Amino acid sequence: MKHNLMRIGYIPLVDAAPLIVAREMGFAGEEALSLDLTPAPSWSALRDRLVFGQVEAAHMLAPVPVAGALGLGGAAAELVAVSNLSVNGTVIGVSRALADRLRDIGHDFAFNDARAAGQALVQAGPRPMRIGVPFPFSMHAELLTYWLGALGLPPTQNVEICTVPPPLMARALAEDDIDAFCVGEPWGSSAVEQGVGELLLPGKAIWAFAPEKVLALRADWTQANPDTLARLIRAVWRAGRWLAEPSSRTLASEILAQPQYLDLPAEIIDRSLSGRLTISPRGDQRDVPGFVEFFDGAATFPWRSQAGWIARQLAARAGLDPVASVAAAQQVFRTDLYRNALRDLGADLPGASSKLEGALVAETAVASESGGLFLPRDGFFDGRVFDPSTLD
Amino acid sequence: MAGKLSVVVVEPDPDRARMIVDSLRDAGDFDIHAIGQTTGLGRRIKALNPDVVLIDIADPSRDMLEELALASGPLDRPVAMFVDKSDDGLTKAAIEAGVSAYVVAGMQAGRLKPVLDAAIARFHMFQRMRTELEAAKRALEDRKVIDRAKGILMKARGITEDEAYALLRKTAMDQGQRVADVARSLVTTAGLLS
Repeated sequence: MKHNLMRIGYIPLVDAAPLIVAREMGFAGEEALSLDLTPAPSWSALRDRLVFGQVEAAHMLAPVPVAGALGLGGAAAELVAVSNLSVNGTVIGVSRALADRLRDIGHDFAFNDARAAGQALVQAGPRPMRIGVPFPFSMHAELLTYWLGALGLPPTQNVEICTVPPPLMARALAEDDIDAFCVGEPWGSSAVEQGVGELLLPGKAIWAFAPEKVLALRADWTQANPDTLARLIRAVWRAGRWLAEPSSRTLASEILAQPQYLDLPAEIIDRSLSGRLTISPRGDQRDVPGFVEFFDGAATFPWRSQAGWIARQLAARAGLDPVASVAAAQQVFRTDLYRNALRDLGADLPGASSKLEGALVAETAVASESGGLFLPRDGFFDGRVFDPSTLD
Repeated sequence: MAGKLSVVVVEPDPDRARMIVDSLRDAGDFDIHAIGQTTGLGRRIKALNPDVVLIDIADPSRDMLEELALASGPLDRPVAMFVDKSDDGLTKAAIEAGVSAYVVAGMQAGRLKPVLDAAIARFHMFQRMRTELEAAKRALEDRKVIDRAKGILMKARGITEDEAYALLRKTAMDQGQRVADVARSLVTTAGLLS
C-alpha cells in the first residue's frame, strides 16, 4: 500500500480527539497514512484552507458543509461530510450575575432539565439576552435557536445570538459583552475555572444525540482519491472506538493536553471525557453520562436526516425554502462513502441512511448489516420529532 | 456602485494598521476606515457599511464577520467572502499571504483588484518581518546561551574566554551540532549538577 501524507486542519477542542488520536495512537499509520495536523485560528479560516486546498480534510462544525450546500457563508467549493467525528459535547453557561438571578428565582442547576433551565432563563434573563456562540453556522447556534424558540423566546426579538471566538468567550462574559454562551469544551470549563461563569446545561439536554463535528473534505477531492479517503475514514473510526473505551480516558486526556494540541491541564480535558463537569467556581459537580460521544450508538454515522434537521433550522433563519434546503443538505452527508470505507472492517452499519430524529425515547435495536446495532435515546427536550420526508 | 470604494481594515496593532492604510492610499482613492477594537466587530462593521473588509486570516475575530453573511434583511447589505469563484487566483494569493477579504456580493473583480493587490503585498511584507524578527530573536537567545556556557567553562577549567569558545566550537564540529545547541546542553547539564 502506498504511504500517503494528508494535511488536516482542526480547531484545538476536545472533540478534535479522533483526529489527534488517529495520529498519536498509530491508527493512521496502520492505514499507511501520515496525518499532518495543523491548528487553525478560526472556523472561517479553517473552512477557507479546506476550500482552497491548503488542507485535504478538516475537523468541521456539522452545519458548515450544510450551509455551503444552501449557498450560505461563502464556500466556493462543494464540501462534504464523510463521517461524524463527535456527538454532543457542548455546554451552555451564564455569567455569574445571571447565575445569581437564576438562583434567586429558585432554579436548582440540576443540569439535566432543558425545559426547567430554559424557563428560568427566560424569566430571569435580560431583554434582549445576548448569547455568544463560536460561529454563525454551528450546532451551538442551532440548539439555542431551537431551545429558546420552543420555549416562546424566538431569537431576533428577545435574544441576540452573536459570534464570539471561544478563546475570547470568558473575557466577553467578564466584560459584560454577553450574558450567556453555548460553546464546546474545554471553553465552558475554562470560563468556570477563570471564575467568570457557571454552567447551566449540557447541549445534550436539548437534543440527546446531536451531531457536533464532522470530517469534512472537498467533494472533488473525495472523487479523485477514493482509496486514501477510505483509509482516513477507517483510521478515524478506529480512533473513535479507542476513545470510547473507558480505559483509554486518562491517556486520551494526556495526549490532548500536550502543548502542540490543546495545551491545557489534562484534568480540564478529563472533565468532558468522563462526563463529570465542574459547573461553578465553587466546585459544584454534575455527572453527564455520554457528555461527548465518539463511537457508541453509531455516533460517527453521518445520518442524512441529521443534515436535514440542520438545513431546516438554517433555512428558517435565512428565509430559504425548507423542502429544497433539506433535499440539498441530505446530499452533503455522504453515508455512501462512509459505508464503502467501513463495510469490510466488520463495522455494524445501520440498514437505513436516514431516520426520524428525536423518535427514540429509549435505547432501541435497529436493522443493521450484521444485526446487533442499538441506537441510543435521541429525543428533543420538547418531544418533537423531525421527519425529513414530511416537512410541514 | 459609483463613487469611492469604502474599505474597512480590521487590525488591532496600530502600526500594522497604519501601514496597510498607507499602502491602500498609494494604490487608489478609497474611503478607508481602520478598526482596532474587535469586541462587537459585526455591529461596528454594519454601522460603517463598507464595500470591502480586510482582516488578518490569523485573527480569531474573523469569525464574527461571518454573521454578516446571514444578515440579509432589506436594509443589511449582503457580505460574502470575496471568493465569488470569479477569481480563484486572486483569492488564493490573498489566503497564502494571510489576508482575508469580505466584499459586497456582486462587486466587479476589476474594482477590487487594486485593493487586494496592495493588501497582499503588505501582508507578504508582514510575513517577512515576522520571519526576520524570529530569526533575530533566535540569534539573540543563542548569543546569551553561548555566553553562559563560556562562563561555565572558564570557571570549571580555568581557561580564557577565547579558549572556551574554541572548545565549544570544536565540540560542535565533532558532534555535527550547532555551537548554540552544544552550549544549551552544557548550560542544562550544569544546572542539573549545581
